[in-house]
Amino acid sequence: MPEFDTDSDLIKEYKYGFFTDIESDTIPKGLNEEVVAMISGKKNEPVWMLEWRLKAYRRWLKMKSPRWAFLDYPEIDFQNIHYYSAPKQNVDSTELDPELMKTFERLGIPMNEHDALSGVAMDVVFDSVSVGTTHKELLEEQGILFCSISEAIQKHPELVKKYLGTVVPPGDNYYAALNSAVFTDGSFCYIPKGVTCPVELSTYFRINAADTGQFERTLIICDDHATCSYLEGCTAPARDSNQLHAAVVEIVALDHAEVKYSTVQNWYAGDKDGQGGIYNFVTKRGHCRGIKSKISWTQVEVGAAITWKYPSCVLEGDGSSGEFYSVAFTNNKMQADTGTKMIHVGKNTSSTIVSKGISAGQSSNNYRGLVKVYPGATHARNHSACDSLLIGRECSANTFPYIESEDDTAALAHEATTSTISEEQLFYLKSRGISEEDAASMVVRGFCKDVFKHLPLEFSVEAVKLLEIKLEGSIG
Amino acid sequence: MAYLDIQNLHASIGDIEILKGVNLQINKGEVHALMGPNGSGKSTLSSVIMGHPSYDVTEGDILLEGESILEMDPDERARAGLFLCFQYPVAIPGVSISNFLKKAMDARHPEGKTPAGPFLKEMRENMAYLDMDKSFANRGLNEGFSGGEKKRMEILQMMMFKPGIAIMDETDSGLDIDALQVVSKGVNKMRGPDLGLLVITHYERILNYIEPEHLHVLMDGQVVMSGGPELVKKLEEYGYDWVREQTMATA
Repeated sequence: MPEFDTDSDLIKEYKYGFFTDIESDTIPKGLNEEVVAMISGKKNEPVWMLEWRLKAYRRWLKMKSPRWAFLDYPEIDFQNIHYYSAPKQNVDSTELDPELMKTFERLGIPMNEHDALSGVAMDVVFDSVSVGTTHKELLEEQGILFCSISEAIQKHPELVKKYLGTVVPPGDNYYAALNSAVFTDGSFCYIPKGVTCPVELSTYFRINAADTGQFERTLIICDDHATCSYLEGCTAPARDSNQLHAAVVEIVALDHAEVKYSTVQNWYAGDKDGQGGIYNFVTKRGHCRGIKSKISWTQVEVGAAITWKYPSCVLEGDGSSGEFYSVAFTNNKMQADTGTKMIHVGKNTSSTIVSKGISAGQSSNNYRGLVKVYPGATHARNHSACDSLLIGRECSANTFPYIESEDDTAALAHEATTSTISEEQLFYLKSRGISEEDAASMVVRGFCKDVFKHLPLEFSVEAVKLLEIKLEGSIG
Repeated sequence: MAYLDIQNLHASIGDIEILKGVNLQINKGEVHALMGPNGSGKSTLSSVIMGHPSYDVTEGDILLEGESILEMDPDERARAGLFLCFQYPVAIPGVSISNFLKKAMDARHPEGKTPAGPFLKEMRENMAYLDMDKSFANRGLNEGFSGGEKKRMEILQMMMFKPGIAIMDETDSGLDIDALQVVSKGVNKMRGPDLGLLVITHYERILNYIEPEHLHVLMDGQVVMSGGPELVKKLEEYGYDWVREQTMATA
């Protein structure tokens, strides 16, 4: 088989669907305590980390897979997954394997310090391991720690011990427990007091090996008065079997800290008939621990066969605020159940939710959100706007907003709309000389504007382009 | 051969025939007015010329520069030189006017891209001419616009796209005198040897501002009477009943 089968229709549609033929170090399929210990061993982890993993594993065994989401998929056979796969690299070399370099070039990710995007420091996770981080020196000058989580466990154990699992505890939910037991890599960043991170921090996740789950773990800590912006992107080869991606992201914001977390998720979504694709079961949560801290999630979800994901904010510090801006696009047989939770605990906390769901083909696109105000969280404010846009007649959209307020002083507002791209809108734009496809993408882009404007500039351009590619052929 | 030649045009929506053999010729440099009572088929005619998918042409033809446009999509018709000033322009939320105009200009450009500098300059000049505030360019297309703002937006597009034929579908409806004057100012600026204009209206009022050389009366899906500017006065004086009597007499 040629390395890149560029004639395949599949690959034309999903240009990141290629596979890199690289020798890898993969442990046998299956999951048990031995496998957990093997992963820990591969990473040369201290005993406390192994114990933490085993505890999570034992917890997971007693839990049941969540079925409350509006999703339809067969039971996952957890014994039929490789839990660790890493490209073999020459240990003596600081250079990346040339095959990997080629892969990243095709994905449009510059891994040379030389070519690296100015203004973006990058960590790349390939299957189970981080394969390189750029801009290290610049960050070190400021005292910023940005490395793989495996490296952080070795070099900064006190920080990892202090914060890991404090936002998403191992027993939080089924997939978080699984992740805690078998996570293989991910990014770690710590921004010290008073430092504004001078570059965008970015992680690119790539699943390459077959039948491999990717379980990454990301931990971001912003100390008092520190600020950072973090970007995340993901792709995987096109395969006709499903692959599991169960990540956990934890963010801690201390007094007056601000974290902006942006995702463009473009996992392989399966083919037109729903064969293959990534199951994206992710737990992302931010904890506004300090006063007047702020965490903002912006996500553009255009891939994955199934998305189960609710980036959330726990607003504990008085005067803290949380934001969630989301565009979720589903096509063909894709299913998404995504949204957010805003948990108001502190006084004068505020949250904003803007969700835009676009469904095409026979897909199902659901918003699920919770706004909870605890007693004593006086003068909490939330504004939620959830809009759905339907393209064609066979897709569906649902909105499940939950509001639980236990404080009389809360001011909560929710709006929701569902619309279709109307024939009159298309006719109007076409009568101005604009082609039908451009007209439809213009309407969609306009629909998403309130979310795209929160993305960092390069990301926003990328997101618009990506959405246009995804829309091709779904109109008419 | 006329620039726009409508020949025995029959069109229906569902099973209902609305246009029943319309004949109309318009050349560049000419201003035609089309009047008629409610339900005579005026707006249908403009939609059919532009290619609205809800209508079926069952007989006849529409020729632009001698070529039939019936098989062309609305966007191809627009690029070939047709423009329709909508009676009720729809809103496209989140799409800024400057983005929209740029995209529409790009679609007309042979290389697919209009240079940004000259484009912005022209847009700003035209907006100033139509008494539109600069900040307008950043607003969502027709999003929350007043009736007058929507119509100015239509005229702005016409000034930018420079069509060979512009059809104004009841552009005067719902406009106050100030807005009507601004709209007419824009249209009159465009008048000249490169533009053929079809002003569709229910009232004579707009014809005091945009004076036509030709007037046609549409009744029950057919052009029943055509004449020069003197016909406007007669119509104003005697009304459509007089037209009915006249056509009955000749029939």
